[in-house]
Amino acid sequence: MIVALSVLLACQLAGEVLARGLGVPVPGPVLGLIILLMALMARRGLAALMPAEVNDGTLEAAAKALLAHLSLLFVPAGVGVIQRLDVLGQHALALGLALVLSSILGILASAMVFRWVARCLEKRA
Amino acid sequence: MSSDFSLWVYLSQKPLTWLTLTLIAYAVADRLAAATKRHPLANPVLLAVALVGIVLFASGTPYRQYFEGAQFVHFLLGPATVALAVPLYEHRAEVLRSLLPMAAALIAGAVVTLASVIVIMVLLGAPLPVIASIAPKSVTAAIAMGVSEGLGGDPALTAVLVILTGVFGAIIVTPLLDSAGIQDWRARGFAAGIAAHGIGTARALQVNPVAGTFAAIAMALNAVFTALLTPLALKALSG
Repeated sequence: MIVALSVLLACQLAGEVLARGLGVPVPGPVLGLIILLMALMARRGLAALMPAEVNDGTLEAAAKALLAHLSLLFVPAGVGVIQRLDVLGQHALALGLALVLSSILGILASAMVFRWVARCLEKRA
Repeated sequence: MSSDFSLWVYLSQKPLTWLTLTLIAYAVADRLAAATKRHPLANPVLLAVALVGIVLFASGTPYRQYFEGAQFVHFLLGPATVALAVPLYEHRAEVLRSLLPMAAALIAGAVVTLASVIVIMVLLGAPLPVIASIAPKSVTAAIAMGVSEGLGGDPALTAVLVILTGVFGAIIVTPLLDSAGIQDWRARGFAAGIAAHGIGTARALQVNPVAGTFAAIAMALNAVFTALLTPLALKALSG
């Protein structure tokens, strides 16, 4: 468990260093995700170089334990929001309307286009 | 009475109190969500935030003091984002087969979201700094705040809108796509990640592992895509 957490933190740290160093508009943890993904792809070949926990299912168990309650991790930020609803100010109505409508349209557009392209590809195959 | 009060003063300054409150509020919220068979309206983020908010309001606790304890939970967002590599790796065959639908859905979702936000805000007569504050609301908070600030928006307003968008998207995505008749878990998860970043991804992970995987990819792709697209759209608007 400790090794698995260390692997996650080390990937995040490497991601933060890369993001700062390259000045790319990608958060460090997202680069860390990519680094871990590459490590997982290469883990069979590099088993001798990696801690056993990367290959024996411990890493997967730790990652899934963390992700099972991803919602919990948004609670501190969410609490900050309800105390700062005043920043919506005089534009609250416009902001609310834009937020609601654009979310609905964005979800529909993205899901429908996904399905349409996936079906076109299946028909051709 | 006075000794009770001094105990409270002591405890209220301990991070332990607020960390414990955060975990208990979430545990209660998660039980409620499970009891309603994960009904979209029983969103665990929304319920837990409401419970904590009530306690902080009743006890007159400032957010800064609460965050002393809650920061330990907040910190885990980083490693949890890295951990998304695991479901991504496990479903990599399905992901590789879906590259084209993902690219098309990314462009469609991001462009429709951004265009509709801008059109609605312009029609309602909002000034440019307010439009810049809401334009990047569908991407993860750190990126959205950077984009907003760079375009003359208010990062605090953006942070509020990002969280509200996440909660709203996580609630609406299930009934909306049910009524649109879209059953493909890849498409459903991807849409949740595009519109509602991490909070949508958290919802998707609780509903279906494939949906969760595609939500995570959509969140990461949209963070980059919207960060690049928003300045272009606003420049076109002001210029």
